[in-house]
Amino acid sequence: MNVRVGHLYPDYLNIYADRGNIAVLQARARARGHELSVQAIGMHDPVPAGEIDLFYIGGGQDREQALVAHDLVTKQDALRDAVEDDAAFLAVCGGYQLLGHSYRDVAGQELLGIGILPLHTIAGPRRMIGDVLLDCAWAGETLAGFENHAGRTLLGDGAEPLGRVVDGFGNDGESGFEGCRYRKVFGTYLHGPLLPRNPWFADRVLSDALTHAGGDPELTPLVDELERQAHEISAGRARARGGRY
Amino acid sequence: MRPQIPLALEAAAARAAGALSRVAGRGGGTTLPGKLLWKLDPGAIDRLARQLPQGSALISATNGKTTTSAMVAEILRGRVRIAHNDSGANLVSGVASTLLRARGAELGLFEVDEAALSEVARRVQPKAILLGNLFRDQLDRYGELEIVAARWRDAVASLPHTELVVNGDDPQVGDLARGHGSGRIFGLDDPRHARPALQHAADSKYCLRCGTPYDYVAAYVGHLGDYRCPNCGHARPHLDTVARDVELHGLAGSAFTLEAPEGTTRIALPLPGLYNVYNALGAAALALSLGSPLDDIVSGLGRFAAAFGRFERITIENRGLLMLLIKNPAGANEAVRTIVEGSTPTVAVIALNDAIADGRDVSWIWDVDFEPLLAGLDTLVATGSRAAELALRFAYGGLDRDRIEVIPELEGALDRGLELTPAGGELTVLPTYTAMLALRRIVASRGHIANYWEAAS
Repeated sequence: MNVRVGHLYPDYLNIYADRGNIAVLQARARARGHELSVQAIGMHDPVPAGEIDLFYIGGGQDREQALVAHDLVTKQDALRDAVEDDAAFLAVCGGYQLLGHSYRDVAGQELLGIGILPLHTIAGPRRMIGDVLLDCAWAGETLAGFENHAGRTLLGDGAEPLGRVVDGFGNDGESGFEGCRYRKVFGTYLHGPLLPRNPWFADRVLSDALTHAGGDPELTPLVDELERQAHEISAGRARARGGRY
Repeated sequence: MRPQIPLALEAAAARAAGALSRVAGRGGGTTLPGKLLWKLDPGAIDRLARQLPQGSALISATNGKTTTSAMVAEILRGRVRIAHNDSGANLVSGVASTLLRARGAELGLFEVDEAALSEVARRVQPKAILLGNLFRDQLDRYGELEIVAARWRDAVASLPHTELVVNGDDPQVGDLARGHGSGRIFGLDDPRHARPALQHAADSKYCLRCGTPYDYVAAYVGHLGDYRCPNCGHARPHLDTVARDVELHGLAGSAFTLEAPEGTTRIALPLPGLYNVYNALGAAALALSLGSPLDDIVSGLGRFAAAFGRFERITIENRGLLMLLIKNPAGANEAVRTIVEGSTPTVAVIALNDAIADGRDVSWIWDVDFEPLLAGLDTLVATGSRAAELALRFAYGGLDRDRIEVIPELEGALDRGLELTPAGGELTVLPTYTAMLALRRIVASRGHIANYWEAAS
């Protein structure tokens, strides 16, 4: 099965090794006999309607994020249609913020997001930096990663978080929630990158993409021994910071 | 108001503490005296710096500051007695410790951590500053590149009379010279050595003024090169100290023609890689600004041995060890490029630690182009506190998992690497900063090299 991936603004949003996430999806698809064809969707590029099974958007520095935000708004309708059509979507850090309604930076400048996720973000004076461990009860799994963000993301009414923070800051350092999920969209601050050390989540995203592509979402298990070790160490780093929530 | 303790007394007490730390076997004690002095009296650093009859010069950059300052020290050797923080202790406390140690010094030569530049500059009021480059590095510690750049702009603005020596090939750094009274802009001009494209995840690739992607006539190392904005015309400034006709001789070294207002000369450098040409060019530019004659630059750079751990070849019985420090994507890319230009290794030990000095966030390894190593590797020994993460980087990069051995403990990994290296062969070792220190300690404890604090004192 060919899975079509649309990587949004790879030239601008790539600060936290986003290509690691793509490499993991690529390799895990191939190990199951599928192919991932990744196309870049950059500034001024149209979003091909109905032709993308999985969108990916990464994080950037403030400067790049502002450059991208103005362009992303022009893609709003096409992306929203794709999401309602159950295309898979993974958004990390800056990209996650831009999927919300708005992002207000430290200077009070407001960037409009595309409102796919019911949330908004306000930058605070202190960055939230460190290892994070999440409990994703909806999947019966945990996620381990690293966060580094000044934005405090506030979920709107009825929004589903990606997970509950076991250790770390999460969306806003207070609510105990991290990330957001809606239909087949996952937004999160966790990088590291996220997917190599959380293979169950990589397979979940891949499986959603396969469903959209009209394929069999069932994935045969892989030997994930290195992944398990990496997850364990990363989770241990988060725990060592001493259970904030 | 607190009583003023005489400076000499404070200095003596702090020095004694450093000596005690060494005697007690608690490591080098390289920054302990400085930390103590700073606690006792922060202003003492300013006064110690003012006692240097020829003032101070500072060197900062994301990559190459230790090597560049060691090069400047070599050029100045014999002409002037310098106080130099050559063990890499580059925060305020390290500068203070160096000032304490170097009685009788005439000139201060300090490499300074990017984030500590403002503080150190404010205290020592340098007569010259060399600023080499800004790459993304340890985002968990330094924050975004733009934040470091803004700090540098403030530091430069507060020192209007300081001679500013900047790398014009870096858009952010070159721009610092604009509007500054006295300065020198250096850069490289040899498109034969340009990379075909900007590397993955290059920094500063959008115009400082208008945000349009720069056009590169030539990109040499990361985003360093000859750039121009097609929209607003912001471009590399005019260079007055230039490296041309660069020759790279694999791991054996390199050569280039140095063209400066003071004259033109050919430099032979016993260090590999284009990034070391940048380091040598920066060192030459600063030395010229400090008044060194061209002959001293030629001889100083010609006899230069690498700064510790940056590029080392150590003999262990009948095998060699080639060690190159890796600490961020741009630097690691150059290390990989340099190794592959020699010959592709069949065995490599790569060490990833995540202590504060390495960066706790290890995501940067996914931005490094390790791929040129993959084809030749029979075995990768992944080691360090995040060995598994490193192993994943290579596994997902396409290296067969059967070829990866995960040995988190450094000494075991080093021995395994040596065991896999045939007699007469050379083992490639790429460690992050704290792993490099630990590996050097292991090799030193076996009597193959001196401990760095012994070498430094």
